[in-house]
Amino acid sequence: MLKTFRLWLWVAVAALGLTALVGAWLLRQPETTSSFGGGVYSVLDQNGQKIDQTMFQGHPSMLFFGYTHCPDVCPTTMAEMAAWFGELGDEGKALHAYFVTVDPERDTPAIMGDYVNWVSDRITGVTGDPVEIAKMLKAWGIFSEKVPLGGDDYAMDHTASVFLLNNKGEFEGTIAFRENTATAVGKLRNLLAKS
Amino acid sequence: MFRTLFRAAVAAIVLSSPSLALAQDGHAPAATTIGALEVHDGFARATLPNAPVGGVFFAITNTGTTPDRLVSVTAPELGDGQIHEMSMQGDVMKMRPLPDGIVIPAGETVTLEPSGLHVMIMGLKAPFVEGQSVKVTLTFETAGSVALELPVLGVAADSAAHAHH
Repeated sequence: MLKTFRLWLWVAVAALGLTALVGAWLLRQPETTSSFGGGVYSVLDQNGQKIDQTMFQGHPSMLFFGYTHCPDVCPTTMAEMAAWFGELGDEGKALHAYFVTVDPERDTPAIMGDYVNWVSDRITGVTGDPVEIAKMLKAWGIFSEKVPLGGDDYAMDHTASVFLLNNKGEFEGTIAFRENTATAVGKLRNLLAKS
Repeated sequence: MFRTLFRAAVAAIVLSSPSLALAQDGHAPAATTIGALEVHDGFARATLPNAPVGGVFFAITNTGTTPDRLVSVTAPELGDGQIHEMSMQGDVMKMRPLPDGIVIPAGETVTLEPSGLHVMIMGLKAPFVEGQSVKVTLTFETAGSVALELPVLGVAADSAAHAHH
C-alpha cells in the first residue's frame, strides 16, 4: 500500500518536472526565433528588380520608412544619412541603407530612384506591390496611416526612427529623428564594430 | 559632379546646422509689416527630386492688442498652399491639416518651423532650388494680404538667418 503510494508520488514528481521542462522550452521559443523583422516578402528596388527579406544579409544596414510626398522628416533623414556616410568615410564602407516607402501606391521604383540617388548611391529605395509592402511594414512593426488633405491628396503618418540592423539582418537599435550627428555616428560605429 | 557637390553641400549643412544661417550673407532677413503684424525669418527648404511637396516657414509677431488669424497661404507660381501641423508622438511622425488656419494672439509670436507648424506647397510645379527664392502670399483675417519673397535654403535647413545664432 505504502509502496504503491510512493511509486505514484515519484510518478507525480516526474510529471511535474517534465511539465516544468516543456514549459520552460516553450517559453524560450519566441526569444530564440526573434519574430521582429522576421517576415517574408517580395518587393522591388529602385531599378524594378525583385528583392526580399534577404536584402539585409551579409552587411550592417540602416532601415528607414517614409514616402516621397513627405515634406519634412524624410528629406531631413535622407540628408542626415548622407552626412553620416560622409562622416564615416571608408570606415562605413560595409554599411547599406534602405528607404522603404509607406506609400507604394504613389511611389514607383522610378520615383524612388531619383529621390534616393540624388542624395547618396548608398541608399536603396524600396517599393512594390502594396500587399507585399504591408507585409514588410508588419514585419518591422511600422505604423502608417493615410491623412486626407482634400481632393485626392493625402499625407502619411508613419514611424520615423532609423532602425539599425547587424549583418544577419537582426535589429540592434534605432537612431531617433533629429538625433545629434555625433550620437548617430557613434551608434553606427558600434554597429560596424559588431558586424 | 553636380551630385557630388550636392552631397557635399547636404553634408555640410547637416553637420553645421547652426551655421546654415549664414546662407544669406549673414544678414537677418528683414521683417515685413502688415497692420499690427510683422512677418519675419521666412524661408523655404530645397526639395529632393520628384518630391511633389515643399515646406515654407516664417514667424509672425502680433504687436497689436487684438488677435488675428492666418487664414491662407497662396503661391500660384508654385502650387497649392496648405497650413499643416507636424508633431512627433513617440517615434511616429503625424501630420494634420489646419483648415481654420492659425491664430496669432495679441502681443505674441507664432513660429512656423520644420517639425512643427508649417505651410506645405502641394503639387509643386518645379522643385525648390537652394539659393533661389519663392513667392508666397499670406492672408490674415484682419490685417489683410501680404506678398513675400523667401530664400530657399538647404534640404534640411532648420531656420532662417539669426544674428544671435
